[in-house]
Amino acid sequence: MPNLDLAPLWLTLQLATVTVIVLLIVGTPLAWWLAFTSSRIRTAVEAIVAIPIVLPPTVLGFYLLIVLGPHGFIGGPWKELSGSALSFTFTGLVIASTLYSLPFVVQPLHGAFESLGKTHLEAAWALGASKLDAFFTVAVPMTLRGFLTAIVLGFAHTLGEFGVVLMVGGNIPGQTKVLSIAIYDHVEVLEYSQAHTLSAGLLTFSFLVLLTVYTINRRLPIRVS
Amino acid sequence: MLPDHTHQIVACCQLNFPSITFDINLTLSSKGTTVIFGRSGCGKTTLLRFLAGLERPPLSRLIFKGTVWQDESRRIFVPLSQRSIGYVFQDPRLFPHLSVRSNLLYGYTRTAPEHRHITPDRVIDLLQLRPYLDRRPTHLSGGEQQRVAIGRALLTTPHLLLMDEPLSSLDLQRKQEVLPFLKRLNRELGIPLIYVTHALEEVLQLADQVVVLKEGTVRANGTVQEVFSELGLRHVLPDQHIGAVLDTQIADHDQEFGLTRLEFSGGRLHIPRLHRPVGDHIRVQLLAKDVSIVTGERPFLTSVLNVLPATVLEIGPIDPDRPFVDIKLDIGAPLLATITRKSLSSLHLQPGNQVYAQIKAVAFSHELNPWPALL
Repeated sequence: MPNLDLAPLWLTLQLATVTVIVLLIVGTPLAWWLAFTSSRIRTAVEAIVAIPIVLPPTVLGFYLLIVLGPHGFIGGPWKELSGSALSFTFTGLVIASTLYSLPFVVQPLHGAFESLGKTHLEAAWALGASKLDAFFTVAVPMTLRGFLTAIVLGFAHTLGEFGVVLMVGGNIPGQTKVLSIAIYDHVEVLEYSQAHTLSAGLLTFSFLVLLTVYTINRRLPIRVS
Repeated sequence: MLPDHTHQIVACCQLNFPSITFDINLTLSSKGTTVIFGRSGCGKTTLLRFLAGLERPPLSRLIFKGTVWQDESRRIFVPLSQRSIGYVFQDPRLFPHLSVRSNLLYGYTRTAPEHRHITPDRVIDLLQLRPYLDRRPTHLSGGEQQRVAIGRALLTTPHLLLMDEPLSSLDLQRKQEVLPFLKRLNRELGIPLIYVTHALEEVLQLADQVVVLKEGTVRANGTVQEVFSELGLRHVLPDQHIGAVLDTQIADHDQEFGLTRLEFSGGRLHIPRLHRPVGDHIRVQLLAKDVSIVTGERPFLTSVLNVLPATVLEIGPIDPDRPFVDIKLDIGAPLLATITRKSLSSLHLQPGNQVYAQIKAVAFSHELNPWPALL
C-alpha cells in the first residue's frame, strides 16, 4: 500500500490514551462529588459537564481556540511560561479532547457511584478503612463496570472527534493531524484507497475494542451498576 | 465540674426530619449490653448512626469514656474509621468482590497488631464460618451473610460494638444460636454492646440496660428491671409487653408434678418443667395482666401456685376510658399487676398495703416462641 502514512493513527491513539488518563484523574473526583454532594450548585455543574453532548464541536472548538490561543485566558499565561501558545499543539488537543469527552466519562461514573451508594463504604469505614482506602478497596472494585464504560466511551469519543480538533489543532502532521482529519484530507484529494484503509482500520479497531469491553463487562462478577 | 464520664457514653443531639424531631439527651453505660428498643421509625437507627459518626447534626455532642468524639460547636469530629467501633448493620453489607475470608480479614488487617485481641480462628469457630471461607458472599444465605458481618466487626477488636437489628434476617433457630453467643461475647471479651431492636425477646435476653425510644425521644432508660417495672411504660409499649422482668436461677426440678422452681431475690416461683440444668440463670417476664392481687390473711385456697407476699408501692394513673389500672408492687423485686378499677376500689388499695400477688403465667426470655408478635 503506497503512500499510506501511519503517523495519524499513532497520534490518534496517543491522544485518546492521554485524554482518557486525564479524564479519569479529573472526572473521577468530579463524578464522586456529583454522586454524593448535597450542594445546591450540583445541578448546575451537572448541566455544565453535559454541555459538550449538545454543543456543535465547532462551537466548542471555536471558544477553545480563543481561550488557548496566544492572547487567550489560558494560552496567554501558558505562552509566558513555555514560550508558545496551546493552540495548534498536542497539549492543546489533549485539553480540548478532555473537555469534549468529559461527559462520556463523568456520566457513567456518576451513575455507578450513585447506585453504589454509601452503604458499603460505611461498612468499610467502620472496619477502620480511611475514606481513600475505602474508595480504592471497595468503591473502585465494586464500580469496575462503570469505570470500564467510562474508559471505553471516553476513548472512543476522543478517537472519533473531528470538529474540535480541526478548530484547535489544525492539521499539522505528527502534531495535530489525527486520523479523522487524515481521512478527510485523503478524500479531499480523491485518494479513496488510503481513505478506505484508514477508515476500515478505525472501524475494525473500534469494533474490536468494544467487543473486548463488552465481553469483559459481561464476565465481571460485580454488578452494581 | 462535670461528673466522671470515664465509664459512660454521653450523647446529646437534635435532628429535624420531616416526620419526626429527634431529640436525644442520653447517658449510656459503656459496660455490658444496652438495648435500644422501640418500634420502626422511632429513631433507633438514627441514634446508632449518630454514635458511629454517620450523622452530623449541627447541635450534637458525643463523649465516649471521657474522649470527645463529636462536638460540632467546637468543631470536633472523630471519623468512624478512628472510633474503633464495630458496626453490624441491618443488612450484611459484605463486600461482593471479596471472598468470605477476605471480608473477615478486611478490618483485621487494618487493626494494629497490638490491638488484635480476637483471632480469626476463634471467630470462625464461634460463628461456624469455616465451610464458607472461600465462597463469595453472594452465594451465602442471609443468615450466613449476617454471621460473616458480625465476625468481620469482631475481628477489629472494637471498643464498642453497635448492632442494628442484626438478627432480623435470621430464622428462629439461628437466632437462638446467635443470641447466647452475643451474650457470651459481651461477657468474655468485655466489649460493650449497643443493640437496636424492636423485638422484645431480644431485649429480655440480652439487655443489661434498656433505652426505650418513641418518636425520637427517650421514654425510659435504666436497667431492664427498672424500666420494665415503670408504670409509665404503658404509654410506650403495647399492652402485651407490659410486665416486670426478674432475673432468676433454677433451684430444683419437681419430677412428680413436672415443675421447676426458680429462685430470685424475693423468693421462689414455680413454673412448668424447664429442661435446663439446676443453677442456670433465667430471665423471666411476669406479664402484668397475669398478676392478680389478694388481700387478707393467708392461707387462702387458690389454684394459682405462685402466691407471694407483696407491698403496694405505687398506683398507676386512673384513665376513665380504661377499666384497668396498673399497680406497682414490691415482692423483693419490683412487680407490675394490672387489675380492674373496680377491684382497686373494692380492695381499698393504698401504697404501703401488705397484699399477696398471684402470678398465673410466666414468660421466659430464652424461649423466643412465646412472643411471635413483634412490635
